[in-house]
Amino acid sequence: MPVEVRIPTILRPYTGGEKIVAAEGSSLEGVVKDLDARYPGIGERLIDESGLRRFINVYLNDEDVRFLDGLGTPVADADSITILPAVAGG
Amino acid sequence: MLEITQALVDAMVAHARADHPDEACGVIAGPEGSDRPTRFIPMTNAARSPTFYEFDTTDLLRLYRDMDDRDEVPVVIYHSHTATEAYPSRTDIAYASEPEAHYVLVSTRETGTEDGPYELRSFRIVDGAVTEEPVTVVPE
Repeated sequence: MPVEVRIPTILRPYTGGEKIVAAEGSSLEGVVKDLDARYPGIGERLIDESGLRRFINVYLNDEDVRFLDGLGTPVADADSITILPAVAGG
Repeated sequence: MLEITQALVDAMVAHARADHPDEACGVIAGPEGSDRPTRFIPMTNAARSPTFYEFDTTDLLRLYRDMDDRDEVPVVIYHSHTATEAYPSRTDIAYASEPEAHYVLVSTRETGTEDGPYELRSFRIVDGAVTEEPVTVVPE
């Protein structure tokens, strides 16, 4: 089930500069694992032991996955995933 | 160097004063590749805090979609410090995620919500390294 994943500027060094890449998985966690297999190292920029990193936002279509089922959110064919780092500071 | 119009500087300062003592934050988008900030987009500080700011996550997605549709990038990412100098804090450095952006800080510690002198400085923040840069204010 290929889905489209939009990659933010800061992570494009992992994807060879590509803004939009394809990945597969039946859940967000599966998609992240597949991304990491294709672009080694990108996975740990997105998740840590406790799950999705606090200052990384992931959207399934238009919805923040934190309001869905987090990494367990089901992903279907032709869904679109957008990764955006939080804009935050002190 | 950041080249920016007086009107955009005034808009950032006005936003910082309006939200004082909480931190204000926003973006000035500009055409991709131009390094010229043109479209002022004040954002809501979802943290509503005097020591922290964070763009609301739903607003953040909308912002980036809009910029994509217009072939824009976040040329300036600004926020205010309300009790400290206009210099990136440790958290600012830790969470900075736009290596191409000018990070502008406005400090309202001297005058709060009132008119008066303000402090406004601009920085690049790349891989944890902060570099201050000159700000050139142009009339138009």
